[in-house]
Amino acid sequence: MTERSPNGNGRAILEVKDLKKHFRVSRGAFLKAVDGVSLEIQKGETLGLVGESGCGKTTVGRVLVRLYEPSDGSVLFAGEDVHRTRGDEAKLLNRKMQMIFQDPQASLNPRMVVSDIVAEGIDIHNLASSSQERLARVHELLETVGLSKEHANRFPHEFSGGQRQRIGVARALAVEPEFIVADEPVSALDVSIQAQVINLMKQLQRSWDLTYLFISHDLSVVKYISDRVGVMYLGQLVELADSDELYANPLHPYTRALLSAVPVPDPDFEAERERTVIAGDLPSPVNPPSGCRFRTRCPQAVEAAAHVDPPWQEAKPGHWIQACPCFA
Amino acid sequence: MAMNNDNILEVRDLQVSFGTYAGEVQAVRGVTFDLRRGETLAIVGESGSGKSVTAKSIMRLNPPANTIVGGGEILFDEEDIVKLSERQMQNIRGPKIAMVFQDPMTSLDPTMKVGRQITESLRKHLGMSGSEANKRAVELLTLVGIPNAEERVKQYPHQFSGGMRQRVVIAIALSCEPEILIADEPTTALDVTIQAQILDLLQQLQEKIGTSVILITHDLGVVASVADRIAVMYGGKIVETGTVREAFYDPQMPYTWGLLASIPLPNADRSQDLIPIPGSPPDMSDPPKGCPFAARCPYVMQVCTTEFPEYTVFSAEHKAACWLHHPMAPNVEPPVRVGGAR
Amino acid sequence: METRHRELDPDLFQSVDIDAEEGERIAGPSVGFWKDAWRRLKKNRGAVISLAILIGVFAMAFVIGSLLASHSPFAQSMSQRYLGPTSDYWFGTDKFGRDMWTRVWAGTRVSLYIGLLAALLDIFVGVAYGAFSGFLGGKTDDVMQRGIEILNGVPYLIVAILLMVVFKPGILTISISLGITGWTFMARIVRGRMLQLKDQEFALASRSLGASGFRVVWKHLIPNSLGLIVINLMFTIPAAIFAEAFLSFIGLGIQVPEASLGSLISDGAAELRFHPYLLWLPALIFCLLMLCFNLLGDGLRDALDPKMRK
Repeated sequence: MTERSPNGNGRAILEVKDLKKHFRVSRGAFLKAVDGVSLEIQKGETLGLVGESGCGKTTVGRVLVRLYEPSDGSVLFAGEDVHRTRGDEAKLLNRKMQMIFQDPQASLNPRMVVSDIVAEGIDIHNLASSSQERLARVHELLETVGLSKEHANRFPHEFSGGQRQRIGVARALAVEPEFIVADEPVSALDVSIQAQVINLMKQLQRSWDLTYLFISHDLSVVKYISDRVGVMYLGQLVELADSDELYANPLHPYTRALLSAVPVPDPDFEAERERTVIAGDLPSPVNPPSGCRFRTRCPQAVEAAAHVDPPWQEAKPGHWIQACPCFA
Repeated sequence: MAMNNDNILEVRDLQVSFGTYAGEVQAVRGVTFDLRRGETLAIVGESGSGKSVTAKSIMRLNPPANTIVGGGEILFDEEDIVKLSERQMQNIRGPKIAMVFQDPMTSLDPTMKVGRQITESLRKHLGMSGSEANKRAVELLTLVGIPNAEERVKQYPHQFSGGMRQRVVIAIALSCEPEILIADEPTTALDVTIQAQILDLLQQLQEKIGTSVILITHDLGVVASVADRIAVMYGGKIVETGTVREAFYDPQMPYTWGLLASIPLPNADRSQDLIPIPGSPPDMSDPPKGCPFAARCPYVMQVCTTEFPEYTVFSAEHKAACWLHHPMAPNVEPPVRVGGAR
Repeated sequence: METRHRELDPDLFQSVDIDAEEGERIAGPSVGFWKDAWRRLKKNRGAVISLAILIGVFAMAFVIGSLLASHSPFAQSMSQRYLGPTSDYWFGTDKFGRDMWTRVWAGTRVSLYIGLLAALLDIFVGVAYGAFSGFLGGKTDDVMQRGIEILNGVPYLIVAILLMVVFKPGILTISISLGITGWTFMARIVRGRMLQLKDQEFALASRSLGASGFRVVWKHLIPNSLGLIVINLMFTIPAAIFAEAFLSFIGLGIQVPEASLGSLISDGAAELRFHPYLLWLPALIFCLLMLCFNLLGDGLRDALDPKMRK
């Protein structure tokens, strides 16, 4: 077990401060994938991050596990800036913060057997002192995720999507992480299989004392697994609140539109509901609208929205929004 | 050959398989259903259920080299599509039956202007002249909600966003006002807010033109929102059909129960656990004997593993294939979560 | 609505326990990538025959040919000039009375040596260069690619000729010119593949586990490029053999009294009128080599092509 980070219950294990990640697309033009995101994640909680394509949620996840360097802002894990660590400390962070990927096909090396895939973390960090111990740990991990020892010698293409995702989970668990970024972990799976993986993740959270950042575009799944949910649009957070609160009382027009657009598997409900369909397309993240970014599609947009960068405020206790002028 | 007058399409015992180097993959194993005039029928299923292959078979778009139609008929306009020649099919595809695919990025020819892709169809099938067709193309683009249609008609697909491209695809599909529109996962690749726009559009157009729609999807929310009737497929067979209300509020087949119980509802209580279906969909190169769902069914009985169940009829539209409805089977209570939140 | 149900044996309605593990079980033996590819290759008759022939030619050139030789490739004998194939001289003799059997196999050895050298250069220089360039990306990649473009701009022939001004024409010169220009294609291909693979999720996963760049390239990216590398090798080898043969044919390569297939063909061509066997024999071996490498390469491409996998 890694030395657990100082744990006061309710202490934020992860703090993201005004995070920005810009990608250069041509001379002078930047794609502002993440443009000022701040949040905190408490130990043991699941924070959901939702948004549509281009909102930057995947990029946030990748910056957190240090696959990308931030353009500005900082990420603190248990108080230390993750992008400023070097050497052994940095390596230790690789164990504490792990990631589960979206595509069950592409996230496993097709030329490696499952036991090598799962044990990669063990190999990198020398967590096993002999090959028997390594194999024993692999078997244990496979069983933890609902697979069996016989699967260790097989290749990824022999498994179904759901099974491959579980192998990915086992791989992440092999290094005994404290915090896991799950980037659309069930989006590519059949509906009946999604529930298997989600239940597994919930169960693991309890038994391994994990903290999750759950990234997804599927609002129903996010609501189910998350304690709190943040909504992103064009690189920024527009709303953040407890799961139940967000879905019951969405305040930001984008959140409202998003929730309204999700079809519910309940025919009578669907027949009766009033849906607000927002018009138009997503603006380009290279050149986002000034001021409130949602104003080009917002049914309540006012003139002032173009001139003022909406502040990030606590509208109700625990319920934060990007307070655009139309709220005033 | 006489079709029922309410039906615009009748599929009877369709069997389709593919010859692959790994053996014969039996994708569709005896599928029977009707499409009524003016309705939206949703065909629902997961990977390997055979829903896409069924749709493509109606359009005869399966790769000819290794597709084997083992039997069955597809009746449309008093003719059997299975038996038509390729030439005859070309007169059906487009003007009579049109299809919208999942990925708007690859459904359009990237080297051809969007307007030309629409007028092609108009000129070939409706015999319009160049100028008539151009005018109609602009009208169609406006109809599907693309602003500045006169300019956009001269643009290339890459100049449109994903949602816009799908609108163009719909415009092309509906250009000849077909009697049937088959939409294969038309919104799966799109963002939720764009999906809402497109589904809205499809409904409006359907009312305007009177097309009957077959919607292939795995998303039960979409089904609840736009479909009239639903056919649930599993392992190459249809296991339940009915009106949408019947299927959601009174499902009669354990797979349908399982599906409904395993989806999180956005307005449900978080403390209610999801009940997943254990195991994985079957391998269609070696389909299971008996009911294809037997290996994952919590209520499985001996007979389920040897013989595919008879259909039990519950109402004019509602039938399900499950041995639990046989008088000799034990009584079973469906799991509590069934029936949505209402 | 009444449905008519058939009468059935009540025993059939006994419940059956589903084994949850059974649902996860994978039938059949594990099939690795190479086993799968080999199976596919075996079905391609052309490729299998080519492989057999190539193995045969290698064996003859390096082992059997010399063992069975009773004459030295250089021994001249004015009395035995221009003999057609006889029991003593299986391939006959040339204008200096030298044994063609040993000369042809000596020539084949030279050609195969060149082929092997090209392959080794491809592997050790080409793959390394391409992997480094592709994986690192950015400015390093830009600079390294410009380097390749410069090297590519100069044709192999010119380099060989220029080198001959400095060194004598011969196997060394050819080797050096190959060393300068022969691996660039492989480098480009491997770089392309690196660019494709390095952002794939399995590579990202490895990095997020803490793998060093080297580990990611060595354990993940290159194994997934092996198919491409092998296929490319199968085409580089005959290309190199051909290039050497061409140089020797026009007199810029292997010089007398050494032999290479190219020089033998050149000499043979001059004697075509009266002593055709002097041309046909080395030409046959040469054509066999080229054809077989190409057929094998094609077969391998089909066998290893990821798109054809399930």
